[in-house]
Amino acid sequence: TKLNFSSALEEERHVRANDRDYNERFSYADNRIKTAKYNVFTFLPINLFEQFQRFANAYFLVLLILQLIPEISSLSWFTTIVPLVLVLAITAVKDATDDYFRHKSDQQVNTRQSQVLIKGKLQNEKWMNVRVGDIIKLENNQFVAADLLLLSSSEPYGLCYIETAELDGETNLKVRQALTVTSDLGDDVAKLADFSGEVICEPPNNKLDKFTGTLCWKDNKYSLDNEKMLLRGCVLRNTEWCFGLVIFAGLQTKLMQNCGRTKFKRTSIDKLMNTLVLWIFGFLICMGIILAIGNTIWEQKVGSDFWEYLQWKELTINAVFSGFLTFWSYIIILNTVVPISLYVSVEVLRLGHSYFINWDRRMYYSRKATPAEARTTTLNEELGQVEFIFSDKTGTLTQNIMVFNKCSINGKTYGDVYDEFGHKVDITEKTPCVDFSFNPLMDRKFRFHDSSLVEAIKLEEPLVQEFFRLLALCHTIMPEERNEGELVYQAQSPDEGALVTAARNFGFVFRSRTPETITLYEMGQAVTYQLLAILDFNNVRKRMSVIVRNPKGQLKLYSKGADTILFDRLDPSNEELMFTTSEHLNEFAGEGLRTLALAYKDLDEDVFDEWMKKLLFASTALDNREEKLGALYEEIEQGMLLLGATAIEDKLQEGVPETIACLTLANIKIWVLTGDKLETAMNIGYSCNMLRDDMNTVFIISGHTMLEVQQELSKDKFSSGLDMEKTELYSSDSVFEETIIAEYALIINGHSLAHALEADLEQILVDVACLCKTVICCRVTPLQKALVVELIKRHKRAVTLAIGDGANDVSMIKTAHIGVGISGQEGMQAVLASDYSFAQFRYLQRLLLVHGRWSYHRMCNFLCYFFYKNFAFTLVHFWYGFLCGFSAQTVYDQWFITLFNIVYTSLPVLAMGLFDQDVNEQYSLRFPNLYRPGQLNQLFNKRKFFTCTLQGVCTSFILFFIPYGAFMTAVRDDGAHISDQQTFAVTIATSLVIVVSVQIGLDTNYWTAVNHFFIWGSLAVYFAILFAMHSDGIFTIFPNQFPFIGTARNSLNQKIVWLVILLTTVVCIMPMVAVRFIKADLYPTQTDKVRLLQQATRKQGPQEQNLRRVRRTSSRRSAYAFAHQQGYGELITSGKNMKVPTSSTSTYPLYSPTRGLTGTSSASICKCFRHQKH
Amino acid sequence: MMASSYNAKDEDGHHPGSVGSGGPGAVKSKKPDNTAFKQQRLPAWQPILTAGTVLPAFFMIGLIFIPIGIGLLVTSNNIKEFEVRAVAIATSYCVIRALCSYTAPRTKDFSNVFMYYGLSNFYQNHRRYVKSRDDSQLNGDKSSLLNPSKECEPYRTSDKKSIAPCGAIANSLFNDTLELFYIHPNGSRIAIHLVKTGIAWWTDKHVKFRNPGENNNNLSIVFQDTSKPVNWRKPVYELDPSDPDNNGFINEDFIVWMRTAALPTFRKLYRIIQKKKDNMTPTLPPGNYSLEVIYNYPVRSFDGRKRMILSTISWMGGKNPFLGIAYITVGSVCFFLGVVLLIIHHKYGNRNNNADIPN
Repeated sequence: TKLNFSSALEEERHVRANDRDYNERFSYADNRIKTAKYNVFTFLPINLFEQFQRFANAYFLVLLILQLIPEISSLSWFTTIVPLVLVLAITAVKDATDDYFRHKSDQQVNTRQSQVLIKGKLQNEKWMNVRVGDIIKLENNQFVAADLLLLSSSEPYGLCYIETAELDGETNLKVRQALTVTSDLGDDVAKLADFSGEVICEPPNNKLDKFTGTLCWKDNKYSLDNEKMLLRGCVLRNTEWCFGLVIFAGLQTKLMQNCGRTKFKRTSIDKLMNTLVLWIFGFLICMGIILAIGNTIWEQKVGSDFWEYLQWKELTINAVFSGFLTFWSYIIILNTVVPISLYVSVEVLRLGHSYFINWDRRMYYSRKATPAEARTTTLNEELGQVEFIFSDKTGTLTQNIMVFNKCSINGKTYGDVYDEFGHKVDITEKTPCVDFSFNPLMDRKFRFHDSSLVEAIKLEEPLVQEFFRLLALCHTIMPEERNEGELVYQAQSPDEGALVTAARNFGFVFRSRTPETITLYEMGQAVTYQLLAILDFNNVRKRMSVIVRNPKGQLKLYSKGADTILFDRLDPSNEELMFTTSEHLNEFAGEGLRTLALAYKDLDEDVFDEWMKKLLFASTALDNREEKLGALYEEIEQGMLLLGATAIEDKLQEGVPETIACLTLANIKIWVLTGDKLETAMNIGYSCNMLRDDMNTVFIISGHTMLEVQQELSKDKFSSGLDMEKTELYSSDSVFEETIIAEYALIINGHSLAHALEADLEQILVDVACLCKTVICCRVTPLQKALVVELIKRHKRAVTLAIGDGANDVSMIKTAHIGVGISGQEGMQAVLASDYSFAQFRYLQRLLLVHGRWSYHRMCNFLCYFFYKNFAFTLVHFWYGFLCGFSAQTVYDQWFITLFNIVYTSLPVLAMGLFDQDVNEQYSLRFPNLYRPGQLNQLFNKRKFFTCTLQGVCTSFILFFIPYGAFMTAVRDDGAHISDQQTFAVTIATSLVIVVSVQIGLDTNYWTAVNHFFIWGSLAVYFAILFAMHSDGIFTIFPNQFPFIGTARNSLNQKIVWLVILLTTVVCIMPMVAVRFIKADLYPTQTDKVRLLQQATRKQGPQEQNLRRVRRTSSRRSAYAFAHQQGYGELITSGKNMKVPTSSTSTYPLYSPTRGLTGTSSASICKCFRHQKH
Repeated sequence: MMASSYNAKDEDGHHPGSVGSGGPGAVKSKKPDNTAFKQQRLPAWQPILTAGTVLPAFFMIGLIFIPIGIGLLVTSNNIKEFEVRAVAIATSYCVIRALCSYTAPRTKDFSNVFMYYGLSNFYQNHRRYVKSRDDSQLNGDKSSLLNPSKECEPYRTSDKKSIAPCGAIANSLFNDTLELFYIHPNGSRIAIHLVKTGIAWWTDKHVKFRNPGENNNNLSIVFQDTSKPVNWRKPVYELDPSDPDNNGFINEDFIVWMRTAALPTFRKLYRIIQKKKDNMTPTLPPGNYSLEVIYNYPVRSFDGRKRMILSTISWMGGKNPFLGIAYITVGSVCFFLGVVLLIIHHKYGNRNNNADIPN
């Protein structure tokens, strides 16, 4: 066959095991991951190159070059190079530190150890040295290092279990099975080293659930699919060891391919800033042109008469050329309107804000010792503008811990704790737990607070015993007992795990199982039940049952399932109990617990035999097998006796409902995107208070075709639109979205979403979804998560935030404007991809409402002030142009121009940008609607920009023309003249520094010691530098650089100069004060009101405001609590997942529905698993 | 590590791990330090613009500015009387290079009288003009004397010798001579003594400008390798041969000229008429005066104007009505604004601001 050697256009991948030479010919990516940008040598050139790609930096470089041309150089070169070098240096240092940390984290991943089979021996190698075609050995609980083809494992039939939480967020274990030919290799290193199969497969792609390829070995071809692949990012579970062949490595693994390109995220303010800088640039050119034209005219009318004094006769003759030169000269002296230090100051501010996030103790999770971390330091102010939050469910909203919380047995509830007066006690950390020490096999982590249940057990109440017996028997869990008494349950759904663990602690310990038997330790005594049949779970049945024979020979059917389903199949004599239990179930559901009803039935031997025969017949049927089996199951699951109900808490992370409520009040829409099932997702929706009973409608979209989805969506839109018209008859269309009174929720599953995301439907989807208060997308793939985020980004132009904890959230985290990772968990993928990370969902509230709001507020104030300052500073030259023959003469001393932005006025505004708090944190959290201005982009937009630049222009006008008026005729008090340029410069410069200092004082809401120090310090430094530069000493050293000798002394000792400064300051400032006062007085914003309130209460002394407790009001009964899949029943009864191959020890012919097909059963198992994966 | 003792309240408590850093066993806790700075709880003054602070500010400014303005205006007007005749001169100019003569009646005054020359439409602030000087040459630097800065071009060298002082500013030195005579009622002309020192800034005279060759009093030797500016009639060392402390670069007329004006219309101090020692007779007794101008300086080409101003000064310097008027105006506007704001605040202001906060 012809081989394609170019890796760029890889069409097919050829991998030969244990043949590095062969594989190297294709130059596949190795397993090293590189996210860092620079190394020691490339840093300087690449970094400088990147920096000069920034418009502002390139612009200043051009300016610098212009300044070197003597004809147009109106300013010395140092006025530009000093700030430019400073700016470049600060940015470079920051980039270098960032990259250093990337190097470190790369290093950490790349140096993880794995065992690689090299030259017939297993050797420890770093991950980065693993090559395609290597065979590596994995051990239990290890991360898979690369995309592997499973060759063999410690489990029978080459099975192996993996957890794919990092990949798709699903926490159930998944099964992978090796080809029989390779699983025979076992762990025989010699055989494995001789293995020389060649895999031909698809090129690297990002499809997590698809793999096609063939294995050619010993002249045979075997087809390969995804069920034989272990993908990077998975964790090996319940499997002692396995061997795999590396197919894709490093950046070509499916995980990495799925991560998407790391896009440089920019905030909307960033983009606005760039536009504004361009505008300013345009404005600068306009000014340049005006002044150049002015110069041309002046040179013709005035300058030509003046050449006796102004040499360069040739210039005055060619006035147009003079105008051209003047244009460039003015570009140079007016360059400060394009604020060079803007970008670097903004970066410094963001860095500071990021540190405040890192330092926040209220976002520190002590249990895992994880502080919050701002991993990206360029997005902070966008945290104050978030409108949409996309949240993962598992691990983010929930802890993914199921807790057996309450139960109802025979009409009595257990689980609540009452004090001596009979009042219900809230269960906290300190509530005493029930002592299970009577049971040596207990699980220490299990906690239960109601001791009456244990007493009931000890009293040997038969129904209570039966209840726990049922829990211990009716499930599909695999036990693992490493040492005596050290039981570990391998549950494919955490719910089942919780139930069986509860039974274990209450003395009904599920100890071991074979395909035909289940062994319990009932109150310390071993009892073995014969397992006769498992009536497996599926989505229609919503229940599972087992039929067992106990040691006394009685046949029993134990069933657990959704209450609604089970209640229909009860014996009529149970009616009363059913009502009581039903009430209890309502109560449980109201607390957001997931419920299950339990029932049992004694079976008659004859009936069972009869049924069994039918079942055997049905299971060998060739068509409609599933239906026939279902009908038979239905037949026997009738007339059961109710035992009670269980309530499992899908433990939410701390404070989730409160946080969601608070964020909703801040007008942030929260969407849950989860790979989990519809029911589980809805359940969480209810327990988080996102779905409520009082919602008008909960739309569930689960169509399978494009047409169905369209119909469902438009139906919803139609009906909701109709309701809207009823409630909002008089409101126009444009505002109806804001005035929604009716509340809707939308739940959409992955299939439907795939259709809804197509171009025709996406607009409808967005419309409908945005009408709904709550949107939950379930069963979505990582890519779909990203697509949903992208959709909103595109259609709503709103700031989006994605929060998640697993690798399946990475794409969404990267797509959203802001990605937040939940840290402190095992996997790091989400955190590594995120911009911010912390340990608990509830910190989001603080991140957005406190840090985000502050950052936005600070940044906006900062920008307003910054533009104002630069305009006020620079435009003075423009006015002066009219009086100096448009000759590009500067008003100020060159040193003042150099230092104004970086020394005299940078620190106060930085301090404001770092420390300002319009409203303190308590009030920010108490009044979430203070967040609104950020979402509406009110604090800094184009209008604001115009206002503040206009203010700057006016200030510059006043700054120039008041001294102008005063200096027309002024002389010193000793008669000497004072209206010389240098005095003029010092007067205007001093006025300017004072005016902008007063202005920053007005803009500062929160005067810390640092602000005081910086503001007063800047003024002091200004005067100190002024006098130093105008001193005799520095003049005698550099007479040409410091010609202002003595000006400060001679002008600032004049009363008239101070009178001019005072007048200028007052005229510049007071109008602004008046405007602000009127605004706050007549049209106070929310912030103004809260500030007043804050000030009022501060005087009264602090009051501690308790955080709202959100009460769950749902009375909805969760349909069922099975979070698991179909198919495990078969796996157990076929014995495939048992370590000890079963010998036929049973005396009774054991039935398994698939037994007849066992010869090819691996396919059918896989089919069952695949059922839920689409 | 802290799981066992976690409780929400200890978030604010002090954590010992954050302090000790040196001990071998001290593991640095990841818990952020509980400092006011890091937790953004620095004590701070939080001013708000309320009626209680803004309105008094406006009234205060009004009440302070108006008296200042009145004071300035009165002072300025007091000076005005001496300017009347000066203005008469200022509006005239000589057409030909000749000796002009004017008469000006003076009123009574006992203090020093300052004599200024003024130029209009003279762009001493033009960039090409402003930079055309060499400060280190003017500071007496030997090498700059012989090799002046390139900024001085084209007034840098003449006849292959460096020009001292170089540059356009120096080249265009104002060189009219003004003399004032008192015309005695009997017809005789008495020359008024005009003091030509003390008219420049002390720092300029003593620091910024220095003659080259520190101890060599013979300036003609010091400047021997240099050439005079092309427009000058005589070299720099003959500016005031009578007074070695006012000759060369430290000639005060020269220094005054070199301090370029900010605006195209300017006045520069020319001479001082010192008050009489007895303090009994006015400096310039009432009567007729004649001003004689030796007209050297061409201004006609650029439509410029020359003026001569005699003025006394006050604590605020010369006559300056602008400031007084500006202060009065600003003060009044502030006061008026204060009243308007007060009315607005009382009529429409939200006095119940905090009552209607949602949530």
